Amino acid sequence: MSKSSHLPYWIALLIVTLILHFFPGPFSALVKYPDSLVLGLTDPMNDAMRWFVDLFGPLFKAIGWLLEWPIKLAQWVLALLPWSVTCVIFMALAYAASGWRLALFALISLLYMACIGYWPQSMNSLAIVLISVPMAIGVGFAFGVWGFRSARAKRLIMPLLDLLQTIPAFAYLLPILILFGFGTTVGLVSSILYAFPPMVRNTILGLSSVSPTLIEAGEISGANDRQLFWKVRMPAARNQLLLGVNQTTMASLSMVIIASIIGGTNDIGWEVLSTMRKAQFGESLLAGFVIALMAMLLDRISYGFATQDRRQLSAGSKPKLPHYVAAAVVILWLLSLVIPFLAVWPEALVIDPAPAMNLALENFILNWRIALETIKNSAFFFLMLPVKIGLSQAVSPFTWGFALTPILVAIYAAICLAAAAWLYLSRKAGAAVALLIFAAFAYISLTNIPWIALLALFVLLSYQTSGTNLAIGTALGLGFLLVAGVWPQSVLSLYLCGVAVLISFSLGTLIGIWAAGSALVSSIVRPIIDTLQTMPLFVILIPFVMIFKIGEFTALLAIIAYAIVPAIRYTEHGLRNLPADIIESATTLGCTQRQLLMKVKLPLALPAIMLGLNQTVIYGIGMLVITALVGTNGLGQRIYIGLGDGDFGVGMTAGIGMAIIAIIADRITQSVSLKRQQKLGLKMDIL
Amino acid sequence: MTSAASPSSDVKLSCRNIWKIYGPDPNQYFTNRNGNIGSDEDASKHAAVIRDADHIVASANVSFDVHVGEIFVIMGLSGSGKSTMVRCLSRLVEPTAGEILLDGSNLLDINKEELIEFRRHKMGMVFQNFGLMPHLNVVDNIAFPLELQGMGQDERRKQAQEVIELVGLEGRESSFPSQLSGGQQQRVGIARSLVVKPELWFLDEPFSALDPLIRKQMQDEFLRLQRELHKSIVFITHDFMEALRVADRMAIMRDGEVVQIGRPVDLILNPADSYVREFTNDVPWELVLTAGDIADTSRKRAKGMGQISKNTNVATLLPYLADHEAGVVVLDENDKDLGVVNARNVVAALASGVMDPAQVTE
Repeated sequence: MSKSSHLPYWIALLIVTLILHFFPGPFSALVKYPDSLVLGLTDPMNDAMRWFVDLFGPLFKAIGWLLEWPIKLAQWVLALLPWSVTCVIFMALAYAASGWRLALFALISLLYMACIGYWPQSMNSLAIVLISVPMAIGVGFAFGVWGFRSARAKRLIMPLLDLLQTIPAFAYLLPILILFGFGTTVGLVSSILYAFPPMVRNTILGLSSVSPTLIEAGEISGANDRQLFWKVRMPAARNQLLLGVNQTTMASLSMVIIASIIGGTNDIGWEVLSTMRKAQFGESLLAGFVIALMAMLLDRISYGFATQDRRQLSAGSKPKLPHYVAAAVVILWLLSLVIPFLAVWPEALVIDPAPAMNLALENFILNWRIALETIKNSAFFFLMLPVKIGLSQAVSPFTWGFALTPILVAIYAAICLAAAAWLYLSRKAGAAVALLIFAAFAYISLTNIPWIALLALFVLLSYQTSGTNLAIGTALGLGFLLVAGVWPQSVLSLYLCGVAVLISFSLGTLIGIWAAGSALVSSIVRPIIDTLQTMPLFVILIPFVMIFKIGEFTALLAIIAYAIVPAIRYTEHGLRNLPADIIESATTLGCTQRQLLMKVKLPLALPAIMLGLNQTVIYGIGMLVITALVGTNGLGQRIYIGLGDGDFGVGMTAGIGMAIIAIIADRITQSVSLKRQQKLGLKMDIL
Repeated sequence: MTSAASPSSDVKLSCRNIWKIYGPDPNQYFTNRNGNIGSDEDASKHAAVIRDADHIVASANVSFDVHVGEIFVIMGLSGSGKSTMVRCLSRLVEPTAGEILLDGSNLLDINKEELIEFRRHKMGMVFQNFGLMPHLNVVDNIAFPLELQGMGQDERRKQAQEVIELVGLEGRESSFPSQLSGGQQQRVGIARSLVVKPELWFLDEPFSALDPLIRKQMQDEFLRLQRELHKSIVFITHDFMEALRVADRMAIMRDGEVVQIGRPVDLILNPADSYVREFTNDVPWELVLTAGDIADTSRKRAKGMGQISKNTNVATLLPYLADHEAGVVVLDENDKDLGVVNARNVVAALASGVMDPAQVTE
């Protein structure tokens, strides 16, 4: 809010907000959106869906029936394969992708799955992934080539991808469930739909960023169109395409796990969920660990292939590998016919530490109950409640130890005004107004703020960061939330996500700065955030739910754990990759370490940090939906309810609402970063 | 614009009135596909009209001939249209109007299949940024044009091996481009462009991305290759000294138009305008001019005169001429008398480039 030309709008917003809150009088319709103006969208949507199902239902059922076969086949093959053979195949893949260390990791991971007794479930999940990944890659590649060839197609595809990637994964399941009916196909179809967009993006990016000289060289060498595509463009785009495969694989696994919530499938996601519901956290954690290992393994293998140096590919020793592997597979298979231990992991060797873990957990919670309660309560009373219902209501003798008397309110107002006046006098008028608006919002709270004020706040923010187009888009999008009647839920989602993002971003940036300054910290933080990023969202919930039970605080912690990743990553990356000559010249000018950081590095890294904020918001929203599983209110809960009741209208309006919030937040934060980049003449890409 | 007169019988590639216009509707400016607008002045006026209509004129009425076995250099600063020109010649860029005659037939008339055949067999091109396939090793990069022709692996590797030896890359066959230095990468680029044994050889700023020392070395290599291979060459550069070193003849371009065409010595002795003179000013003439360039053919050998080859540069002659007023006899390649050079000839030649003789007070 530095641009003074926008200041009058913000001051107007502040005044209107205060007037509407304290003297609503005749304007009560502007404070609480009147129910009479809510259009009943859910019924017509359900009617439309019913009509659609009546018309095309059999078609989709037929497709579903067809799709079931490859899954059954894959599950049958994976079930048939002796575990020892599967191990060898994965080890070989891991070795080819990266080397011995990854092969060892593959072995340990698979042994863990067998050892802990989740082998069949793991293989069932893996089967769906194995079928969905090639399909998603095929679809994604086809769309990618189309978008690359035709600018018109690209203009059509890109916004569609935006939508597909911002609609929460839960919301996907609903129409698919309605169309295809219960069964493993739901997991397959939803994971294809969820996983193909990254492939499209990477295909378009890869194919179009091949250097023009290379294309000219190909043309001059006499390549016809087909040769130009397959022999020049494709090989040159290889790594980008394989990066697409990597992202698609991870998305697919993530969705296959999420799809388990429809239940009835004997896979590892369901194992986590059902045990979590029964409060068997030990089992849940063990199964969650399987998912985590599977995710890391698939990620490392596909990423290994994507970043592999071409030299390794042509190195002399590798061509023999397939022979050795084939030999090992045949021998082990034959052996497993004789030695049953190699075929099916014997029941007797299954380790079950779950009961012991549950006991330990109970003890821990019992012993630390007071400390845990204190943490939970103070966070709730001093942070979450004030944001949710405002200082005006949250401060009470019961929680804060004193009542909010008019005198205290006056003191609060006076302090805020004084601070604002001081800022204004030190020529920071923008900051002064920002402070006052923040103070007013903190007093009134998100849920009690007049809807028109909140809407105006976002429209103004869009206008200031990007311009008229985004402002109009924001107004229309938020308008939809109002008209569809999901405004109150949206505000609740906004509250939880907002608090989480704020904490993730502040904490993450600090950790990022620390990691950028210390190799040791960096080497500790890196693997942790890498692991968190590859984790299917669900798994992150488990440890928090174990300790703090269900509730908003658990959700908050889970969101923070996930959304803090990009904040750390981008800050460190931004600080570490600054132009060396600028740092050198600043050092020779006599900057101390502190000055270097505050006056040179941070301002230059700001575009990267802002991009980190952007990703933090996106990650936060992604996790927010999943936390509906641990009992949060808001849009996520509506989606969950819609899914449970098979109510398309309810689920979809909430899903679209979530997508709208995500897109608006994405555009605002992204344009802040973009503006900053242009000003500094830098270019930053999403990592 | 001066055109060097040359016998048409040995013209390999002839570029006639080539125009390349970028903009919303470039074709509206040409009723006649052959690009012939009339005199050079008419063409310049036409280009100005097109520019005023917010179109970009990348090449305006460019005409030149490349003779068999000749190194023809197109020299110009960035934005002068030289890269566009060489891309027009290979039809990487379609000219808006004009004719490109290869052995007398128009390249712009052939269809796509014929164009691919032409590229596969008759021409080779070297790029400033090498344009090597990052996924292929040296030998496969060089064999790439043969692979596109559908040649079997053994045969194409064998043929690639021959050019590898030609450019001195033995031992690096299985390296990948990322493992090579810039100079070595460009050797691969050169080898690839030669592997199909082309008649036409286009080089687009081939050495501009290299360090000065490597550049000089590569220029020598290039000249050595040409002595062996006798290709018909179009060589693009922005470096006037490089142009002087390699060119048999050269064209100087500015704003899409050809300013002057001629042998390097013609440009030095008779710059067409002040733009060309800007370049020639910095040239150490005594190193560029040869005895043959300035020999006075009207004078005959006199008794007691020394003799030298016509390729001797003037700098080498200076000490001798300082002591021998009569001068020295210049011999042509057949050791026949070409004429005589004395100190006065040298001074006169050097004086032709001085801008303002009036600075000397009498």
